[in-house]
Amino acid sequence: MTRKKKVTATVLSQKQIGEQIFDLWLETKLAKNAHPGQFVAVYPHGESMLLPRPISICETDQDKNRLRLVYRVAGKGTAEFSTCKAGDKLNILGVLGNGFPVDKAKGKRVFLMGGGIGIPPMLELAKAMDEKKQILLGYRNKDLFLEEDLEKYGDVYVATEDGSVGTKGTVMDIIKAYSLQADMIMACGPMPMLRAIKEYAAKQGMEAYISLEERMACGVGACLGCVCKTTEEDAHSHVHNARICTEGPVFEAGEVAI
Amino acid sequence: MNTEVKIAGVTFKNPVMTASGTFGSGMEYSDFVDLNRLGAVVTKGVANVPWEGNPTPRVAEVYGGMLNAIGLQNPGIDVFMERDLAFLQKYDTNVIVNVCGKTVSDYLEVVERLSDAPIAMLEINVSCPNVKEGAIAFGQKADSLYDITSQVKKKAKQPVIMKLSPNVTDITEMAKAAEAAGADALSMINTITGMKIDIHRKKFVLANKTGGMSGPAVKPVAVRMVYQTAQAVKIPIIGMGGIGNGEDAVEFLLAGASAVAVGAMNFVNPYTTVEVVEGIEAYMRQHGIENVTELIGAVE
Repeated sequence: MTRKKKVTATVLSQKQIGEQIFDLWLETKLAKNAHPGQFVAVYPHGESMLLPRPISICETDQDKNRLRLVYRVAGKGTAEFSTCKAGDKLNILGVLGNGFPVDKAKGKRVFLMGGGIGIPPMLELAKAMDEKKQILLGYRNKDLFLEEDLEKYGDVYVATEDGSVGTKGTVMDIIKAYSLQADMIMACGPMPMLRAIKEYAAKQGMEAYISLEERMACGVGACLGCVCKTTEEDAHSHVHNARICTEGPVFEAGEVAI
Repeated sequence: MNTEVKIAGVTFKNPVMTASGTFGSGMEYSDFVDLNRLGAVVTKGVANVPWEGNPTPRVAEVYGGMLNAIGLQNPGIDVFMERDLAFLQKYDTNVIVNVCGKTVSDYLEVVERLSDAPIAMLEINVSCPNVKEGAIAFGQKADSLYDITSQVKKKAKQPVIMKLSPNVTDITEMAKAAEAAGADALSMINTITGMKIDIHRKKFVLANKTGGMSGPAVKPVAVRMVYQTAQAVKIPIIGMGGIGNGEDAVEFLLAGASAVAVGAMNFVNPYTTVEVVEGIEAYMRQHGIENVTELIGAVE
């Protein structure tokens, strides 16, 4: 593990790519150490807003020290980030969390499943994996984002809740509609999707790695704010609460009680 | 320039500590901060057995601060001594262990287990607002505070700090009760009970409904309470509440604190503790102050 740092990053570009969805490229040395599924915490400038916002890493260009974040405006902090322009500075803390176990996918057929704002980390993950990938993406409606980026790295299937593009329903409906098969799942998305994946993987006897989120304060494992229930005693507090920021955000689905 | 302070016979290289619960047991921040630079590391509250804490969400941001309702999740004294204390032993800093419990005997069990441990002081948490049993229940009535303080003092091998709650009518009454029962020092303030409601979902933001507020927004309340308490008791006070830089720390010292602790601001800037040390030194240079102790209670 490389040391975590708080650094000042420079905004290289930002554009809106969907309803409340923003695509931000930063220049920062933190890009060098980033692993798919890890995240950074971004600090708002406003002094009334203290806590950094955890945002998953969408893509890196490690040779050029570039880090891409694709995030949804969900409140005052992310609204502030969305106004950043090239040349602006942002303080970020990173890189945080464990990331997806890319090595465990060696030689396996993998579903990469992203739902909504859980789609961005699938891009860096897809880039990092040489295995054959089926990339299953769930959106609310035809307001798609990142699907063209992902098409470069695997077979992309889209589902929309309103049926306006691709399969009507969720990523789970894609599996049924196309009778898709795989040996392993890696996923990030809303809790109902992750619960459905956990159930599906258990029935199929598949390994599934899911990325969780929770309200965080410190991002480094000190405050114990962002825990999730685990099936076994956790290694830190020896209760059944793992820290999403530190032991996670990626867990084997069977390890967590969601 | 001398930044040393003494509290209950214990020497601190400088008056800057960590506030319990905001710094883990030091390990989590050792990527950012050289723990050798700190006057003390005050650890996350530890009980006799592991505690699960509260359901999530446990934290929320509020204007200029935050709410937390962690509920004292901790691994219990066994793991704490084996892992966390062993880790802290590697550093040249004082270790202060924050002790929590549901009953007086829970507290006493932890205090006894720490009898021979290489720690400088004990901090007794009678002020956490986020647990249903214990903690704050002992810190809101002068007679129960007196009782637990005197029982802990009988068992404790190290000097005892009582950590006071601001969620009382008159904090000086609590301070006087702790002093009368033999407390060696006070730390204050613990968090102020607060609440946040998500108006769009019509739900409480925290699963626990209420949480303890900390951060810069509480600092004036904490400074006032430290000042009033310093007028009311003779034992030293460790001041805390929203400290984010050397100037904030000096304000607490002038109000009457003998040392300060950095809490929520660790989350905002993981380098805060060391920056506070450097900020106090810069203030001393700027004002020609030779000994940091000259600042204690020096407000005119």
